[in-house]
Amino acid sequence: MSHVAVMTDASHRAGCEPARRRGESRGLRWALTAAALAFLGLFLVVPLVAVFDEALSKGVRFYAASLADPDARAAVWLTLSVALIAVPSNVVFGLAASWAIAKFEFKGKALLTTLIDLPFSVSPVVSGLVYVLLFGAQGWFGPWLTSHDIQIVFAVPGIVLATIFVTFPFVARELIPLMQAQGEQEEEAARVLGASAWQIWRRVTLPNVKWGLLYGVILCNARAMGEFGAVSVVSGHIRGQTNTMPLAVEMLYNDYNFAAAFALASVLALIALATLGLKLLAERHLTADALARR
Amino acid sequence: MSIIVRNLTKRFGDFAALDDVSLEFASGELVALIGPSGCGKTTLLRVIAGLETPDAGEVVLGGRDVGALDTRERRIGFVFQHYALFRHMSVFENVAFGLRVKPRGERLAEGAIRERVNELLALVQLEPLADRYPSSLSGGQRQRIALARALAVEPSVLLLDEPFGALDAKVRKELRVWLRRLHDELAISTIFVTHDQDEALDVADRIVVMHRGRVEQAGSPQAVYDDPHTPFVHAFLGAANRFDGHLGPHGFLADGAPAPFVADATWADFVQPDVEPAHAYVRPHDLDIHPRRSGRTDGIDAHVRRVIARGASVRIELVGRAGPIEAELERDVWRSLGLREGDSVIVVPRKWRAFAQSQ
Repeated sequence: MSHVAVMTDASHRAGCEPARRRGESRGLRWALTAAALAFLGLFLVVPLVAVFDEALSKGVRFYAASLADPDARAAVWLTLSVALIAVPSNVVFGLAASWAIAKFEFKGKALLTTLIDLPFSVSPVVSGLVYVLLFGAQGWFGPWLTSHDIQIVFAVPGIVLATIFVTFPFVARELIPLMQAQGEQEEEAARVLGASAWQIWRRVTLPNVKWGLLYGVILCNARAMGEFGAVSVVSGHIRGQTNTMPLAVEMLYNDYNFAAAFALASVLALIALATLGLKLLAERHLTADALARR
Repeated sequence: MSIIVRNLTKRFGDFAALDDVSLEFASGELVALIGPSGCGKTTLLRVIAGLETPDAGEVVLGGRDVGALDTRERRIGFVFQHYALFRHMSVFENVAFGLRVKPRGERLAEGAIRERVNELLALVQLEPLADRYPSSLSGGQRQRIALARALAVEPSVLLLDEPFGALDAKVRKELRVWLRRLHDELAISTIFVTHDQDEALDVADRIVVMHRGRVEQAGSPQAVYDDPHTPFVHAFLGAANRFDGHLGPHGFLADGAPAPFVADATWADFVQPDVEPAHAYVRPHDLDIHPRRSGRTDGIDAHVRRVIARGASVRIELVGRAGPIEAELERDVWRSLGLREGDSVIVVPRKWRAFAQSQ
């Protein structure tokens, strides 16, 4: 009853006092926008500014020196190498998994889809611990690895594995709904026209998902470079050897070397900003594609 | 190339999309597969193309069993209901696709490909659109490009899956005429699926009516329309009035009618010697209307509810004892009767077809 009354009241207002109603809704819009901006400002912009402010607090020369420090350079190099291995691996896994899930029916499909989401639902620390459990000296494969003189945990391979695990879902989760929405008709048309499976893949399927793939790669890369929890457990924090950038930042901070810590953090922040820019670009193309499809 | 399908069966779970279907299509024919949704017509098309594998039966193209042949080797052109154009390729590249993916040995030189594509675009009258992308084309244009693309590989069979289903009425009519002319020019064996009976009757050399995975009837449009073999075909193709009653040696006695419909010359093939419950189907244009005072008894009592004068013929909606009746008369005939809405009349069928209720 009251709902109806509100409706008629609003329409009455709309009919009798249009100017006032327009002003009201505009005021509301401004208020909400301001609130969102304030939220963003407080939780994103202020910390970002603080990072650069703190990084440059001891002057530009100190900033440059802390970045040129061998341990810092090793950390940057390690982060980039890990990302360079993890991201392409996950692109291959992601493409294969999403193609299988979107285009085919098979037993265990639902299980596969759930498994892909596993890294998201598990705490990164737990993910790291699992690798220690499997490949550590006292782990399941520990004795075998030691006898073959292979070091996984507390070494670079462990970091790579942990990063792959944690960033695995990004590409797949982006591609699965995209491929499902695109359906199989173009692939069927290509098949009837005489294309082989590889030709269909290369000429039809892949080009259709290129923006979604780029988006997934960007997200995957961002997480790969910024991962802390899992890598922290697996790496052993060996300065100059198994420290990625996030780990190095923590170590510098714990040593009370704030300016250096923030200097390294500012590099991560810059990478994040660049990632954001690329993401916006990819998003725009994705939306344009989706609109064109309709 | 001739197409023969024998005993095709295809199930999806419990649902039988095709149930022991056997058909023959002569080379160069334009055949319409028609039926309600779910009758199996699209499935049949896809099985012939190789996009679905039948559970039983065989597909023979040009005398050759193609059951083991993959889709890409069957040299079939397929046009999808929603075009399935490659969205990220230009119109030119779409049409050229089939030529570009040929194995190295068979592939034409770039110049030859270009020539052929331009030829095809000219055939479908869309040359100026060569550099455009599918998203900027209208539905009718997209469908013509899809057809050009299918023709590029010189298929021996052309399969069209509801090619005009996603287009609006006017464009559909235009493309219908255009397709017929194209077929007359190219003479490729063509099968097209539609649920629009006007389309089937207009365009095809032969019609196959399908229902629930089976073939109800196959024949020329004239034969299937004038001489339906089953109640389903009669009711599906063209409008039909249905009267319930009994079939006996003297004709069809509709429920509530004083005397039976006089036997039609062709009905003898379908009558059983004993009286049994039956349905009689009469097309609106096979009904004569007489004023009640004329005293005829071999028809149905009714009164005129609504008169719709449209073009050369007049459609009359009547209400009889058992329900609504639809009749169609020529303008002059109607006018000469001098009847109005509300008048009582007797509706007498000139031609009717009865089927036992058990059918």
